[in-house]
Amino acid sequence: MSEFNLLDPFQTLQIPLGDWVEASLTYFVQHFRDVFRAVRWPIDQVLNGIESLLLSVPPTIGIILGSLLGWQVAGRRMGMLCAVTLFFLGLIGVWAESMTTLALVLTSVFFCGLFGVPLGILCARYDRLEKFIRPVLDAMQTLPAFVYLVPVVMLFGIGNVPGVLVTIVFALPPLVRLTNLGIRQVPADKIEAARAFGATPWQMLTRVQLPLATQTMMAGLNQTLMLSLSMVVIASMISVGGLGQMVLRGIGRLDMGLATVGGVGLVLLAIFLDRLTQAMGERSASTDMTRRWYQRGPIGLGLRLLHLNHTKPGPVRHAL
Amino acid sequence: MNRDDDILVVKNIFKVFGDRPQEALKMLEKGADKDEIFKKTGQVIGVFDANFTVKRGEIFVIMGLSGSGKSTMVRLFNRLIEPTSGSIYLNGKEITGLNDKQLLDVRRKEMSMVFQSFALMPHMTVLENAAFGLEISGVAEKERNRRAREALAQVGLAAHEYSYPHQLSGGMQQRVGLARALANDPSILLMDEAFSALDPLIRTEMQDELIRLQAEHKRTIIFISHDLDEAIRIGHRIAIMEGGRVVQVGTPQEILNNPADAYVETFFKNVDSSKVLRAGDVAKFESEIVVRQTNGATPEAPAIPYAFIVDNDGRFLGVLDNCTGRADGARKLAPKDLSVVPFDTPLHDVLGLAAAVPYPLPVVTRDGALHGTISRESLLKSLSRH
Repeated sequence: MSEFNLLDPFQTLQIPLGDWVEASLTYFVQHFRDVFRAVRWPIDQVLNGIESLLLSVPPTIGIILGSLLGWQVAGRRMGMLCAVTLFFLGLIGVWAESMTTLALVLTSVFFCGLFGVPLGILCARYDRLEKFIRPVLDAMQTLPAFVYLVPVVMLFGIGNVPGVLVTIVFALPPLVRLTNLGIRQVPADKIEAARAFGATPWQMLTRVQLPLATQTMMAGLNQTLMLSLSMVVIASMISVGGLGQMVLRGIGRLDMGLATVGGVGLVLLAIFLDRLTQAMGERSASTDMTRRWYQRGPIGLGLRLLHLNHTKPGPVRHAL
Repeated sequence: MNRDDDILVVKNIFKVFGDRPQEALKMLEKGADKDEIFKKTGQVIGVFDANFTVKRGEIFVIMGLSGSGKSTMVRLFNRLIEPTSGSIYLNGKEITGLNDKQLLDVRRKEMSMVFQSFALMPHMTVLENAAFGLEISGVAEKERNRRAREALAQVGLAAHEYSYPHQLSGGMQQRVGLARALANDPSILLMDEAFSALDPLIRTEMQDELIRLQAEHKRTIIFISHDLDEAIRIGHRIAIMEGGRVVQVGTPQEILNNPADAYVETFFKNVDSSKVLRAGDVAKFESEIVVRQTNGATPEAPAIPYAFIVDNDGRFLGVLDNCTGRADGARKLAPKDLSVVPFDTPLHDVLGLAAAVPYPLPVVTRDGALHGTISRESLLKSLSRH
């Protein structure tokens, strides 16, 4: 060891961060492996459930259901767009892979919602928690996925479940941030009015804050979805199936055709999901509230056809 | 007035905004003023030693310019803002000592608030908004919708229950705000500059509406306003606030006639006193122009142009007209031939009458007694004095 040098103190002054991480990781793997294995279980259940459901639906039925959903949520044009994107997914021959990827994305979004929304609510209520959480969220978004890919594999093994986990790490922050923001942006006079009428904190949350924050929260959900999709290729490195794996294999074998097909499939899926969630967010703030959701779209149409002869329907307009 | 008539009693209430309120209170005790305390400690005095009572069934207006502490004051009543020291009693029960649960109960049942910004929930229909307070209190849906519909009918919005607030005009939105507060059937209605955001015509309309609603239900209303004309128009009694202090409490006439200090006086300078003063405030009882009638015989007219006849109980019977100079003496005019003014008529409405008749106007109390008379001369004097 050389002597301490004031001009370059880091010759002698060092913290062995890498060694510490390695040591603690080894410790965790040795002692807590079962705990981490147990965490797999719920994720596995949700993922398998969604995947088998999506894969069991024949493509034609899937396309019809998808377009009806789009129509219900945002009108006929949205329904057409959904039909077109889903139809192309089938045409380029990636229907099954798309459904696997969709299952993965939906699972991670489900868990993001499960943890992200309550966390965002708590952040909005406690400033100190927000101050603490914010750098953690920054780290989750900026830390290269490869850094935590290895420890995740060591703790959880490979496969779809750890893939969902790394996706959650990457996709959770915007939902937390925008839930927090949405609740903080609820006008003070509405809060004061609810307090003046004797609302408890729970009533305040469910009757005033969450409904008024819905639009911002939907924007967060949309971001979470998009980030989940963008993680698919990286997650495929730990043997996650679906479109990501097509891209990865294509790159590995320099098979540009395969990689492009996988990539285009991802883009089509992204367009489908993005438009759908954006439309949901806009609808929560829409000014056309003359009709309830069940009076619109295919459900409204169906109900009207059913009831036309017996009861007077609500304020009827032409079906969208 | 006995104590049962006081619905709200405010005793020695202080509110200091800042992190070291006790320090500011100590300085206040030593006689430091608001600016000095802010300079030295950074503490802002919101309300300074407020003492007054609100009577059951009156419209009590707290009036002051911006920064006078009036909006803080009204929030102290339902403890949206916690007072630093002092106590507030509602129906003899101390509000300031309540625990969280009891406080929620007071907010749900005893006091409802109407806001300057309306503060309606944009995601709820008019009906849901009107039922909001009841929903918070846990009233079942059917019952709360019934009561909300009643409240909406009271404010003339029955036809709009399925609209959303953004589809309504400002005046209509505030009617929804009013209905929301009325649906709870509170003992006290707190109105924080409720009509300030409305244009003048709608504001006058809403004021009339409020006066009507109050007269129908004898509800106690505490109304915050920065508009003196509004305060005089709707208020039975007014509390004037300046710089966190309650400077004077009284009826508009009392304050106009006896302003507590120079501030109140300048404040009231531009007020149209003919709208504040009532006939009874100006009328004078001059015994030399009043003659008493005994045993039904018309008394001898004194040598003055007009003499006012009363019976033994002081009831007004008529006027002896001595002007016409008829040979058979004065002509007697019965009250039905005369312009007689009830004593609570605004002076504004007396002006035209006074100009139209030659005799001084007789002013009578509610039970028909002669309260006094108003001559043109005394009318002009009373208007020019202010």
